[in-house]
This record gives sequence, C-alpha cells and structure tokens, in this order.
Amino acid sequence: MLNLKSFALASVLAIGATATAMAAELTVYTAVEAEDLKRYADAFNADHPDITINWVRDSTGVITAKLLAEKDNPQADVIWGLAATSLLLMKSEDMLEPYAPAGVEKLDPKFVDNSTPPTWTGMDAWVAAVCYNTVEGEKNGVPAPTSWKDLTKPVYKGHVIMPNPNSSGTGFLDVSSWLQMFGEEGGWEYMDALHENISRYTHSGSAPCKLAASGETTVGVSFAFRGAKSKAAGAPIEIIVPTEGVGWDMEATAIVAGTDDLEAAKTLVDWTVTKKANELYNSGYAVVAYPGVAKPVKFFPEGLVDAMIDNDFEFAANNRSAILAEWAKRYDGKSDPK
Amino acid sequence: MLDITTQTQKPYLEIRDLWKKFGDFIALRDISLEVMEGEFLCFLGPSGCGKTTLLRAIAGLDLQTSGTVSQAGRDVSNLPPAMRDFGIVFQSYALFPNLTIERNIAYGLENQGRPKAEISARVTELLALVGLPEQGKKYPAQLSGGQQQRIALARAIATNPGLLLLDEPLSALDAKVRVHLRHEVKELQRKLGVTTVMVTHDQEEALSMADRIVVMNHGTIEQVGTPLEIYREPETLFVADFIGAMNQIPAVVEEAGKIRVGTCVLQSEHNVFDHGTAVIAAIRPEDITPMADGVDDADALPANVETMEFLGSFYRASLSCPDLGNISLMADFSINAVRRVDISLGKSLRVKIPADRLKAFPAQQGAQA
Amino acid sequence: MSTIDDIPRPFVKPRLGKDDWIQRGFMAVIALYLIVALALPLYAMLSKAFSTYTFDLSQYEVQVSDEDGHFTKPVENIANLNARFDPPVIGAGSTNSNGRQKLTGLFPDFSFRSPVMYRFRGTSPEAVYLVGSERHTGPEWLELDSNTFRRVVIRPVKHVGLANFTTYFSTPALTQSVRNSLWIATISTIITVTLAFWFAYALARSCMRFKGVFRMVAMLPILVPSLLPGIALVYLFGNQGMLKSFLMGETIYGPIGIVLGSVFFTFPHAMIIISTALAISDARLYEAAVSLKASRWKTFWTVTIPGARYGLFSAAFVVFNLVITDFGLPKVIGGKFNVLAVDIYKQVIGQQNFEMGAVVSVVLLVPAMLAFAIDRQMQKKQVALLSARSVVFEPKPNRKMDRIFFAYTVLVSIFIAGIIGVCQFAALIKFWPYDLSLSLHNYNFDLMDGGGWGSYKNSIVLAVLTAVIGTVVVFLGAYMVEKTKGFEKGRALFQMLAMLPMAIPGMVLGLAYIFFFNNPANPLNFIYGTMIILVVSTVTHFYTVSHLTAVTALKQMDTEFESVSASLKQPFHKLFRQVTVPVSMPAILNISIYLFVNAMTTVSAVVFLYSTDTALASIAVLNMDDAGDIAPAAAMGMMIFYTNAGARILHALASRGILKRSEAWRKGD
Repeated sequence: MLNLKSFALASVLAIGATATAMAAELTVYTAVEAEDLKRYADAFNADHPDITINWVRDSTGVITAKLLAEKDNPQADVIWGLAATSLLLMKSEDMLEPYAPAGVEKLDPKFVDNSTPPTWTGMDAWVAAVCYNTVEGEKNGVPAPTSWKDLTKPVYKGHVIMPNPNSSGTGFLDVSSWLQMFGEEGGWEYMDALHENISRYTHSGSAPCKLAASGETTVGVSFAFRGAKSKAAGAPIEIIVPTEGVGWDMEATAIVAGTDDLEAAKTLVDWTVTKKANELYNSGYAVVAYPGVAKPVKFFPEGLVDAMIDNDFEFAANNRSAILAEWAKRYDGKSDPK
Repeated sequence: MLDITTQTQKPYLEIRDLWKKFGDFIALRDISLEVMEGEFLCFLGPSGCGKTTLLRAIAGLDLQTSGTVSQAGRDVSNLPPAMRDFGIVFQSYALFPNLTIERNIAYGLENQGRPKAEISARVTELLALVGLPEQGKKYPAQLSGGQQQRIALARAIATNPGLLLLDEPLSALDAKVRVHLRHEVKELQRKLGVTTVMVTHDQEEALSMADRIVVMNHGTIEQVGTPLEIYREPETLFVADFIGAMNQIPAVVEEAGKIRVGTCVLQSEHNVFDHGTAVIAAIRPEDITPMADGVDDADALPANVETMEFLGSFYRASLSCPDLGNISLMADFSINAVRRVDISLGKSLRVKIPADRLKAFPAQQGAQA
Repeated sequence: MSTIDDIPRPFVKPRLGKDDWIQRGFMAVIALYLIVALALPLYAMLSKAFSTYTFDLSQYEVQVSDEDGHFTKPVENIANLNARFDPPVIGAGSTNSNGRQKLTGLFPDFSFRSPVMYRFRGTSPEAVYLVGSERHTGPEWLELDSNTFRRVVIRPVKHVGLANFTTYFSTPALTQSVRNSLWIATISTIITVTLAFWFAYALARSCMRFKGVFRMVAMLPILVPSLLPGIALVYLFGNQGMLKSFLMGETIYGPIGIVLGSVFFTFPHAMIIISTALAISDARLYEAAVSLKASRWKTFWTVTIPGARYGLFSAAFVVFNLVITDFGLPKVIGGKFNVLAVDIYKQVIGQQNFEMGAVVSVVLLVPAMLAFAIDRQMQKKQVALLSARSVVFEPKPNRKMDRIFFAYTVLVSIFIAGIIGVCQFAALIKFWPYDLSLSLHNYNFDLMDGGGWGSYKNSIVLAVLTAVIGTVVVFLGAYMVEKTKGFEKGRALFQMLAMLPMAIPGMVLGLAYIFFFNNPANPLNFIYGTMIILVVSTVTHFYTVSHLTAVTALKQMDTEFESVSASLKQPFHKLFRQVTVPVSMPAILNISIYLFVNAMTTVSAVVFLYSTDTALASIAVLNMDDAGDIAPAAAMGMMIFYTNAGARILHALASRGILKRSEAWRKGD
C-alpha cells in the first residue's frame, strides 16, 4: 500500500505535475501531551484537509527510543513535538532530512538548528519548575523552597519526588541544567545531596507535579506547564521557580529522512512554523519560537522566562549517554532492600 | 475342526522377514507367517512379546523396520493404513463418544458416494447382525461394555474389509460377558468368512476361538499350530508352560525314551535327547493318572497328597513323590476320580505318569522361560 | 541374541498418504510459527546481548597546526596519541551504541581560544565522528579551528563479545537489582504459598460455609493486571493513604508494596496448584493415621504435607517466576527499589541502551528458566501421584477448627476483595484526597495520556483475536504433536518449543521482538507496530499453558480414534471436525478464556510493542499511573476487571450450555 502510494507520487512528480491535492497520510511521532494532539491536527487540517495525520504518541524517552530503534527502517514521516536534545541525537545518526521550512526566518534563531539548511525547528520551550503542595507543606512542616539548593536541606528529607532522567525528558533537562549551572563537579555534588532527600524517582516528568497535586508528595520537581494545569484543576499547589535558574528544552519539529511523502511532510513542517501554529503552542507553553506571539498562560509562574538558563543543547545531546550512565551508577538502585 | 493348514489354497496375508525396533529395543525378530483366506488366527503371548506390534505392522499403524507384508497378493509393506484393506477393533472399543451408534457404524460408509438410504439400510443390517437392532439412536456411553464392543465390531466390518484385526477385543469386559462374546465373535467371523487376526494374552480365548494360534515370546514366534497342537504338542517349554499348567521337573536323559528324575526312571516317548543331557521333564497336571487300589502298574509311583484345592469341576492336588526327589507335583483329579480312588488330604496313593504325555525339553530352555 | 545391527536392510520407508502430507504441512506451519515467533527473536536478542561497542581509536588521525595555522607537525594516529599517556586518557572499556568520546583530553595544552588549527579524519569509511551533531565519515581531511575541534566526538564500532556482561556485573547499581529481584521473589513466594496453602486447606479440609464464594474471591486477581494492586496500595498506604498508619512510618513505595501486591496477584495461581495437590491426597492415609491414634498435628506433618509437597514446590516456583518476571507492579509501587524487569524497561526506554536491555534480559532468563524447569519436574511427579488409585477425602465437621478456618478465609478474602474495591473507589473519587465527591470524571480517558477509550477498544480487539487465533493455533499444534504418527524428531522439537514460552518473561519476549521484527531486512517487518505483532506476542507468551491444556484434553481421548478412522479410509480432518473438536470443546473454551483474560491484563509482553494506534488498556493503566493520573489508571484497571469478569461469565454460560447439550454422550465419563 505504502509502496504503491509512493510509486504513484513519484510518477506524478516525474511528469512535472505540481498538484498537491492528492490525499496523503503522514505518520507523525510526538511527545506532545495527548490532550493537545487533536487540537494540533484539527488546526492543521483546517488549512490542509488533504493530509491526514496518524499520531504515534508516547513519552519523550519512549519516542526517542523508538526512533533510534527504527534508525535503519524509519516508520515516521515527521517528528512534531519532541525534545530538541532527542532530535540532536537523530541528527547525529543522519536520520533527519535537512529542510528550511517556508517562513523559518521569522522564528527566533535560538529555536532553529544551526546547520544550513536546518534539520529541525523549535516550537516552544518547556521549562522546569517545582510544584509545592501548600496543604501538605503546612501539615508536614515543610516550607516552600525558593532555590534548588533549598531542596538539599534536611527538612525536605523524604518529601521530594523528581523524574528519573533515564526515562523522562524533564528529568534529563533538570540534570543537564544542574550540570551546566553548577559545573560538572558541583552538579553531581548537588545531586548527591538531593538524592538523600528524594523519596523516589518517577518514570514520567509530569508525575511529580501530579503527585504533589494529590498530596502524595510535598515537593515535586516537574515542569511549569504541568503545574499550571494541576493548579487550574484545583490542586493546592504553588509553582516555584528556583532562583538559580531553570533548565528547559525545546519541543521541535523535523522531517524524517527517507519519508515516503516528502512533499506532504514539507507542507506539514511549513505549517508548524506559522504564526497560527505558534499561537496554538502558546496554550500550553509560555515561550514559543515565533517572537511576539506568546500570551500569558493561566497560573503560569511569573519570571519563568527570565529564569531559563542559557541551555547548551549540544552538550546535552552529546553527553546524554554518559550523563545518564553516570546518574544510573550513582542513584539507581542505591536504596537497600531492608 | 477343519484343518486349514493342509489346504492348498494361497495365503491371504503373507509376512516375510519382519523386524521392528523401537530405539535399541528389538520388538519383532525376523517374523515370517502366512494367514489363509477365511482363517481365524490368534497371536498369543505374554505382554511385551510383540503380538500387538505385529498386528499394528499388519495394519500399517506402526510400520515395521524391515520386511514385507502382502495382503491378497498386493505388497502393502509401506502403505499408510488408509491405503490398506482392513477393519480393526480395539480393547478400548474406540467408539466416537459424541456420535450416535448409527453414526459410529456409518462413519466408514460416508464419503464414498453411497446414497444415504443405502448407508442407513447397511447400518440397520449391521445392528441386526450384532444383535443390537434397537440401539441406533443411543450414544456409546449409554451402552454396556459388551454392547459397545459389538458396535465397534459392526463399525469395523461395515465396509466389508478383506481383513479383520482384533486387538485384545474382549480384555476389558467382565468374565461372563467375555465368554459369551467369544462365541459370538467367532460365530460372526465364520458367517462372514472374513480373514481375522486377533491379539490376546488370554490362552482360553485363543484356544476357544482360533483356527490356528501363533504363540509369541520376546519378539519371536515360538510355535504356530491349531489349538490342539499347541496344547498337546508344545514345541518349546515356553509354549508348554504358557498354555495350560505344566509340571516342570529337572531330569537327565537315561537313553532314548527314558529319563531319570531323582532315583526314578520314567518312560517318555517324546524324548529325543542323548544320554546324559540335562532336560526339563514336563507333564500336565491333568495327565497324572491316579491308580485305584489294587490296580497294579509297574510304572506307578507312590505319592502323598500334600494339599488339595477344590476348583469347581476338578480338584488340584499337590503331590510329593519320594521317588522323584524333593519336588512336588501338581495334579488335577476329576471329581469322579477323587470319588473312585478316594483321594483325600494326607492320603498316600499311586499315580502314573503316562509315557506318551511326558515330555522333555532342553534344560537351558527352562532357564530362559 | 541379535542386535539392531542384524536387522536386514533395506528398512521400510513409509509411503505417505494424503493425510500424512496435510498433517506434516500443518505441523510445519505451526512449528514455523513458533520458530518465527519465539526461537528467532530470542536468537536476535541473544546476539544483541553479545554485541559490544568500543571506540576504535586507531581509525582516526589528527594533525595539529602551529600557532599560525601551518600544518608542519606530523599526522598522529589517535590510538598512538592516547598510548602516550599513562594511564591513557581514553580507557579501553566498552560503551554502548550511543557512545560518544571527546578528544580534547588528548591535548593537554588545548584551549578553545587558541589559534591552533586541527585536521581530522577517519582512516576507513567505517570511522564515524561528529562535529557537534553533524555526522562525518571516511578519510576526507576536515580542517577545524580549536573552538570547533572541541566539539568533535568519535563514535564506537560494534563487536561480538562478553563485554556487556562484564560491564553489567561490574555496575553495582545493576547487580543490586539481581539481589533485589531474588529477595522480593523469595519473600513473596514464602508469604503467598503459606497464605494460599491454608486457604486451600480450609477449602478442602474444613466444613465451613460459603466455600464457593471464597473460591471465587480467591480467583479475582487473575482478572486484573498485576499493577492494579499497586494502585490500590497507593490509596491504602500511600502518603495520603487511608490506612497509612498501619505501616508505622515505612513507605509503601518499595519492597513492602511489591511484596503486598505480588501476594495479591500470585495468590490464585498458588491456590489452584495447592488445591489440586490437596484434592488428590488419599483419604485412606488419614483413616490409617486415625486408627494409629496419631495427633491432628502429627497427621498434618506426616500425611498432609508430604502428600501435597509437589504441589507446594510447584506453587512456590510458579509464584517465584511470576514475581521475578513481573514488571507492572514494581514499576507502579517499586519507588527507588530496582528490580530486573524494571531495569530492562529503563535500559531500553530510558537509556535507549538496547544491548544492556538484552543483557539484563539474559540475566532475568536464568532464574526464570531455572524456576520453570524445577516446576516442570514437580508437576510431573505430581501427575504420577495423581494416577494412583486413591479415595477422595471427605472432611468431617469440627466446630472449632471450622470457625478458625472461616475467620482466616474471610480475612484473606477481605484483603483480595478490598484491593479491588479500593480501586473502584479510587476510580470514582473526583480528586483524592482534597475533593471526595463522586464523579465519573476519571473515566474521561481521552483527556489522559495513554490512549484513551481507543486503548480499551484495542484491548478488546486484541483479546478477541488472541483468543480466536491463539486457540486455533494452539489446539492444532497440540493435535499434531499428540495425535499424528511418525516424524518423531520434528514432534520432539515442537514439544520443546511449545514449553519454552513459559520460561521466557514477557518483557524479554517483547524486547526480542523489537530486535527481530524491527529489522528492515526481515520480510515480516511490516507487522511491527501493528495489532498483528501484539497478537503474535500475546499468543506466544501464553502458549505453554494453553498447549498443556490442549494436550491434556487430547491425551484423555482414546488413542485409537485416529487408527479406526484411517482404517475406515476417512480423512483425518473429518475425525478432527466431527469428533476431536466436539469432544475437546470444554478444553477449547478454557484455552480461549485463558488467552482472552491474559490478553486483557498483560503488560510485559506488549509494553515494547504497542504503537499509538494499538495502545492497550493495560498499557494505558501503566502510562496513566506513570503520568501521575492514578485515579484514571484505577478506572481503566476496573474496566479491564469488569470486561474479564463479563467474559468469564459468558464462558461459564457457554461451558454449561455445551455440557448440557452433550450430557447424553458424556454420561459415561
């Protein structure tokens, strides 16, 4: 079926037809929250009803693993909404199709891959934050933290949950930001101290905040967007921006090299950098790639944008494997079966 | 009884040089055998003697390792069962439990282009033949064991096979039903004239049903013959011992026709061994004749009745004969004889071992059996 | 005596009839299925476990310029450069397929501000290096300034060897999991077998009332995914738990939670096995004990326990195997406590370290295989006991003991029903613990991560397909093994393949499937990411028990049906259709329901294989819990429970209907 389609497309291109009205289907891999996907697809299909999007959604770790596993036989046509650090891994495996989407020049250059043509373009930034349950805090006598360093104080022992960087993109951006902010040595020292207070590491990045929201923990290291959502749902939480600064990652878009339908993929990627698309991203993200689009998000912590560190994505991507291995060595399974 | 072996007709089933191995175990050794058309042949032997293996080779259910089987002049040695021509009945009946009696019998008649009415007529005929005319709508589990086996027989002969194979067909039945069914099966076989091979471990069954008996042991044929031959003229000690009861007495050959047991020399017409050969002298319990008081016979031996058991139609006594050394003889005395000679426990009497009934077998054979 | 060598040649070669060919064809197809769905993927996984990656420094050359950018110094091989340091800057250790190695450490006076230029190249086309994220290969010289050279990293090459295992066993964090897994499995086994023994004992040997109800309650855990008790335990003993104080300050997230949950989900398995063992013990032994005036206690230790010993051992190894291979429960409630099954997940999903995932899989295979092998031995011995002619034991009323047993079974039943009840309660509470109003809000699965209601539908589709296809494949396979003739070696191999799945943890099978099916060279690659691969993996994962059920049913059938049918010149498929299948119908229904229920609840066999289109309810429970949406996870778990309960009721009705219809001919059984 697929082969037939690409064959048909190839022959259309061969005779120089420029018609793009052909119905196309794209397999799009994403780590965007499930509830946003339908809105994204609907908005896109309003402009391009002829292209059907088949979402493959999972957490950042899973989608990254999936893409890397499928390196020699990619199943995806487009990646729309995956951490830039992950896309850099794909790029170093030559898995991405270099393409400058129409209108890419309008984006903040920080959000665009520095190769020419770029292999990926950013959509929005996703920023670490700390969720603090005020009810539990009062009950347990745990004060609201103001900085990362606060979390290493003995009063927080057993009251902090953070995502495991090995499975969660949020967890990894926390770790990589600490290593960048505090330096390699200082970063590991910080994590050694923090580990003493962590009650457990979750597999998902949003779980710590949700667990803070439900009072399972007092402090959950998560990301701001999740916190804003839980707060909107009525959870007794504060979203805290640590004073040292916060790690962040971009959600980004790229075409997978070897796609069966490059034209449709380009159409989609062109659309993902439009102002309209960026307005869509803004409903969940305070910082988006298109300058001037961002409007305040309800319950989103103030001062978050200023607190975003100057993130070195290349450092994060190229050291990812080593950092994760070191992290696992230090903290995974350190607890005793007693 | 007609003596089929002497008839000059061609054999219907011919087995030549048949071997069968299971792994390293040889189950059949160089078996050659002919079965005549219309004959009722029994494979008789203890369990593990290879009789069922031989039957299954004939059926093609478990192919022999080497050797040929031909049926009605056709070499069927390597054919699968479906390409041979036989009906088979097993000890377990193997009736299909979820099919009615009618459908069980009709099973082999279907798929052969026969009209339904014909099948139905044949089923009715077969039900009548096995004496269960009203049972067609029932399921096997609703019939008794004997009835089920009759249905299995009807199913096996429904297609008029040239050969009927019976694998211990009566062994699962009660003693009384078994005796009754022996007669019926034999009767049916005679009526149909179908060549039949039956496997059994029950010597009575074999003696009462077979035209000829093939006695098997350790994968080989010990003797082939009519029931009477097998009983009266056993060729080996094994056959002698397996069929009926047999006293076995270690003895040494004195000269032709005479063997010595203990201090006593007995006449044995059948002895063919040389002087000094160690043999086993064999005499059936019923052949030991009690002598009435006053009747004199030079060969009669004094004996003491050690035990006496009443077995219905006769008494089985255990006798000690000082002349024969320290052995006890098993002897069957008819009720008449007991009354006539007045035999009772502890009594001394004289018994005769008839020269024409006393046999001698090489001694090492006894060790093997 | 002649030996087998004396048998005259030629040996008879069987001529194969049409039936033989068809049967061999079927057997070949099903054997092929097992080879493709089991043997080859496992082989792919093993070869992955032995794939190692190291940096081959000798594949790269560098030339450094002077301060003015003139390349006057000689070209240096990186390996030689590294060797000049003592100890070498770049260790010889292995890395993984994602490994990257910086080079600046080889130049002690390196500064990214320096005007020194670097020329860099690989010496072979296989030499791969990155500048930043840009990939380069081959022997073209690349000229870089210092600031750019800082960003050069080299990539590893692949070998075959034991290095992964060396790495594994020298990583304390990973080997700790081996101890954790063994420890957890042992503790859970002791507790479960003890609890299940007394439960089964109460059912078999007391005259208490409501035995049917207790038996039913004890079976409930089979209907839910293994991670569901984890969710209930969070509600019961979590930081906001209703019974938190029971733990006296201990956390439920860790060994306590895993053990409690494991006891819950393995209880029915142990109970069934021990009940069977108790059911076969011989009443005459008890009569003998009574006549010898042995005390109740002595009778228990000299008659009851020895009689049930194989059952107890078998139950222990089955429970051990279930716990050590379970992934869902430790993931939900394990907290910081790592176990092998979760390590596989973390290595594969978290670190994308497939080689290490394969290594952990191999490590997990060892105890699983051992436990399985011992269990098989025990089962065989138990069967031997079964065949003995024994008299069924009829318990006599004993008011005091019956009361004690009643109280005990009530307690265990409350534990089991309580866990499920808590899940239902959690599913209906709006926002625990701050808003306790009842709501169906948590059933809005489409708003959650995990696949929404679609995943529930997918699970039903998977369960139905698995039940239908699996039953056909398993039953046909068992028939071919059990009822055909000849081809002994092929049948022995088939039998071995059919027993293998039980020893293979679901996660290991799933990982093996990734390696095998997600290989573009594999013509079956197209099934990757589809419902087909989920059906295949589920059928394969649950093959053994189904196969044994089918074989047992077929063994009970007269061995001579085939012979009779062949002698009547009827094709085997007629017999199969008209007799074998109808007579085996109860077993066939049992296989279908077993496959259906397990397809609904399995997580481990499918967690690596589902795609968004084929997300499953059990995976949705996992993912929603993972994302912190615990209440919706509980709600989805209860959907699985109700579906399975419904399926079981349907199964019971169908079985009853069939038994009723076949009452006439089963009468003799």
